[in-house]
Amino acid sequence: MLSLVVFLPLVAAVVLAAARGLPDAAARWAWVVVSLVEVALVAVLWWRYETPAPLSSTESGLAFEEQVPWIPGVGTSYHVGLDGLSLPLVALTVVVFAACSIYALREDRRPRTQAALFLFLQTACLGVFAAADLIVFFVFFDLSIVGMYFAIAGWGHGSAQRSALQFFLYTFLGSLALLLGFIGLYVASGTFDMVELAANPPLVGAGVTGGLVLATVLVGLAVKTPTVPFHTWLPPAHTDASAVGSAVLAAVLLKMGTYGFVRIAMPMLPDAWRDFAWVILAVGIVSVVWGALVALAQTDLKRMVAYTSVNHMGYIVMAVGAAGLVGGSDEQARQLAITGAVTQMVSHGLITGALFLLAGVLHARAGTYEMGRFGGLAGRAPRFAVLLPVAAFASLGLPGFSGFIAELQMFTGSIAIAPVTAVALVGILLTAALFLRALQRLLTGEPGELTASFRDVRASELLAVAPLLVLATLLGVLPRPLLDVIEPAAGTVAALVAR
Amino acid sequence: MTAALWSLVLLPAGVGIALVLAGATSAPRGRAVVDRAAFPVAIATAAAALVLALVAAAGRPAAQVPFLLGAPVGLAVDGLSAVVVPSVAAVVLLVLVFSAADVHQAPARFAGLMLLFAASVSVTATATTLPALLLAWEVMGAASYALIGFWWRESDRVSAGTTAFLTTRAADLGLYLAVAAAYAGGAGMELADLPDAAGGWQDVVAAGLLVAALGKAAQLPFSWWLSRAMEGPSPVSALLHSAAMVAMGGYLLLRVEPLLAASGWAATATAWVGALTAVALGVVALAQRDLKQLLAASTAAQLGFVVLAAGVGAVTGGTAQLLAHAAVKALLFLSAGAWLAALGTKQLPALVGVARRWRVVGISAVVGLLALAGVPPLALWATKDAVLAVTKEVSPVLYGVGLVAVALSAAYAGKALVVVVRAGRPGAPWDTEQEGTREVPALAQVPLVVLAVLAVGLVVLGLPPVEHLLGRVVAGEAPAGASVVELLTSAVVAVVALVVVAVLVRRDRLPEPAWARSWLGLGTASGAVVSATLRLAEGAARADDALGRRVGALAGGVLATSSAVGAADDRLDAGVRGLARSSDDAADLLTRGDTGVDRAVHGVAAGARRLGDLARKPQTGQLHTYYVQSAGVLAACAVGLVLLVTLR
Repeated sequence: MLSLVVFLPLVAAVVLAAARGLPDAAARWAWVVVSLVEVALVAVLWWRYETPAPLSSTESGLAFEEQVPWIPGVGTSYHVGLDGLSLPLVALTVVVFAACSIYALREDRRPRTQAALFLFLQTACLGVFAAADLIVFFVFFDLSIVGMYFAIAGWGHGSAQRSALQFFLYTFLGSLALLLGFIGLYVASGTFDMVELAANPPLVGAGVTGGLVLATVLVGLAVKTPTVPFHTWLPPAHTDASAVGSAVLAAVLLKMGTYGFVRIAMPMLPDAWRDFAWVILAVGIVSVVWGALVALAQTDLKRMVAYTSVNHMGYIVMAVGAAGLVGGSDEQARQLAITGAVTQMVSHGLITGALFLLAGVLHARAGTYEMGRFGGLAGRAPRFAVLLPVAAFASLGLPGFSGFIAELQMFTGSIAIAPVTAVALVGILLTAALFLRALQRLLTGEPGELTASFRDVRASELLAVAPLLVLATLLGVLPRPLLDVIEPAAGTVAALVAR
Repeated sequence: MTAALWSLVLLPAGVGIALVLAGATSAPRGRAVVDRAAFPVAIATAAAALVLALVAAAGRPAAQVPFLLGAPVGLAVDGLSAVVVPSVAAVVLLVLVFSAADVHQAPARFAGLMLLFAASVSVTATATTLPALLLAWEVMGAASYALIGFWWRESDRVSAGTTAFLTTRAADLGLYLAVAAAYAGGAGMELADLPDAAGGWQDVVAAGLLVAALGKAAQLPFSWWLSRAMEGPSPVSALLHSAAMVAMGGYLLLRVEPLLAASGWAATATAWVGALTAVALGVVALAQRDLKQLLAASTAAQLGFVVLAAGVGAVTGGTAQLLAHAAVKALLFLSAGAWLAALGTKQLPALVGVARRWRVVGISAVVGLLALAGVPPLALWATKDAVLAVTKEVSPVLYGVGLVAVALSAAYAGKALVVVVRAGRPGAPWDTEQEGTREVPALAQVPLVVLAVLAVGLVVLGLPPVEHLLGRVVAGEAPAGASVVELLTSAVVAVVALVVVAVLVRRDRLPEPAWARSWLGLGTASGAVVSATLRLAEGAARADDALGRRVGALAGGVLATSSAVGAADDRLDAGVRGLARSSDDAADLLTRGDTGVDRAVHGVAAGARRLGDLARKPQTGQLHTYYVQSAGVLAACAVGLVLLVTLR
């Protein structure tokens, strides 16, 4: 069942790529249908999901587990499964891709190829989150980079080629660092199996070597997340990518970095993680403040949203860093911080996905993201003037939306463990300021030079954006269904990192 | 019974959101229907909420649902909220009735936002756990943002909403901190349990809550946003100042009074901030020439008494002051709004004699201003004394400061009173701010009359026996109450101050110093903070761009190096080919000789050629070749790492 979810999009992609004579409309709708089927399949998975017994020497801690020998010589197998960390991200992935497929119903540039590419990308993303073997993880991780490279280069605008190449080189180098770390883990343990590595972490007490392996893994993940100072590939990649490309990049691909922290780095290198915890926490705080400050100065909506991603991912890094400060801290607080981090991954995916699709509306109408050239859009485009503020308030962490749930948990857990993280609270204020400024520039006041030609949000755009925001609201008001899934897994990670 | 509690919150919230969405997104014809139905629906909802509030106040329900790990959302109606929640619901209803006559633009959005605002206040007032409080607290701020910036076409008004949201959110960070500190301190999330927080965490919780409350209550140093909030529609001001946002700041401090008292320093700090705000903003109010600005400053000053009450432990007096102020201030803002709509101005010089023009509005406003002045036997006179009586027990100095604030209350209310009742021609033109209608609709007068009656009648809250009853409900015990001497003292102080100001205003001798008119420079200070932050942000953005360029240059450098290597490679290749050629030539020369040597040389040449081809391959500029190269680099690193791990 899980493999079906992972590979169905790939099969569809191959069929679409091969069907040269297929009319554009059929290709677009085929993508929508496949992505909605995926949503339905994952809904079934969620429905049937029961929290597995926690990881131990006899329990894998995974549900829907599948394992097939692959390269037994190096101790690697096709091993997949889901738990409370990965199931929410798998769900996020299918929802975001479905929203993108609907948004792309109006795409007129090579829609069949785009559909095939994004379906391929969807398999890569799902594979990363489902993987229970480092080599499987790495293969999907790199395939996602390749897919995203073509998505930016092929359907972007502005200097898309350059940005795409920069994105590729940067994140690919990061993935190589990651692979290096994986090889380190393999050499020390003789297996690439993530369950075994987490159950029996190999480099405990290994001092410098453990630190080096963690450092390579961290650099790889930090580039992908991205954290300051490895974030400079992000703004150009977003600015020049298409709306759906940006949405997938921000909503799903960035999560591979933060997911790696809780899935790989913390359980497999626990003592090194504890040694590095203060560094990780500091990088998180710096990312929070720096991302928000730089975003505040932006005049280009899409660049601004891109920098808020640095801020939002910074909270996650801060929280997982704090969760590594085991000495004297309460395990429930560390569990809370990790639960908040995973909640933030889902929440940021939904909200920032919506924001990038809305930025795409701006570009589709006027060919620019420059906020100063608009103004008074509330009069021209009442639907846009509802969707954008809802997305903005969700992103700035207003209660009632999922971002608040995530941030409150991360801050409560982190501050209880390390009071210094209270410094990062200023990020909440700065994001409020920058989003209110953006709303004011775009929606209110006198009409700007491009306002008159602005056409309100179309039905397909509405159907793509609204579900994301509805989900963000539902999770904000009724967080328990999500938290009931995440909390046990977060508790396991909190316990594993304390070994 | 919990159904009443949940409905009290969910009904206005649901109807409010539905109205906002319907008003914003429906097609023009549908929107006309929605807009016509908006106020009737909203008023019916508010009336239902009032009934639910009364039911809840009688039944005292409590409910709790799991929310975050170890942090549930809890709502309950206890003694304090049993008094406050119905009062809030009543003010909301009256203000909506007034709005139906006053607000003509986008009524669905307006009414919807007001209901949402009201729902968030209900949650704030009934919250028993910190997450519930924080949730409602911030939604309240966001609703106020949308309401203050309601006329979005005018950038100034939207900026005013932004100022309100950002100022109060800056203070709200204290509440986030308090949640974390309460969690860390092991006291749990119940507001009632906060005094049990361990050690230093208790101080952090108290400090965080204090800052958050001072922000919403527009106490020093956060008062400026309240001045800007006057850009919003008058009914918004009426609700914001009387029963919602600002009042909730004072309410929160009353609710957590045990925590303040337990920490010691927090109670003292609270009392002093309240007393000083009552004096400082009293001076600011006295210096204003704009009626709404005068009233705004007076709100901060009057809430100062509530904050003082929380600091000295006068919960009963503070509650009485909060309720009496709600009625008086809603009345005055609605009156100011009625005049603004009719005459197009809120400048005091233009409002000379306005109370004589529309009798119902005039008499109501005069009652409201006399109550605000603290003249007996009107509401705020006795309630202020209920606070001051306890203050005197705690600190005579604070009591003295309080009496100064009493005199100032009489002075600023007196200033407005003299202007609106004096006969004569206005000293400034009308219609300077909007086109006046020259009429006050009958519907708008109904709430004024109700509120004027309350402005008189609520005096009982500060006098026995109702004061004792109130005390038993909200604090569990009857307060000692103000002595006759104290009541007389404040009455005399108020009347004297009123008379002095009346004389000064009539002679045009009342000083209006610029520093007080400009709200003590708080606006300039907040502007400086904003521009400093923006400069910092722009500096950061420049530094970030530079970092990006440097990384780009590094990548460019790598590419340049690789192409240089490629060029060298090409030369090497050429050399190898040359070698191959010369070997061929040499082979040709030797061809007659040893065929074995010949074959070997040819073999070398072919091998060299193949090597050359191979060496050229990496510079194809194609991704997969970079891939291969990186894999090579990686393999080298991996070997190093393997050695490191195995040799360990």
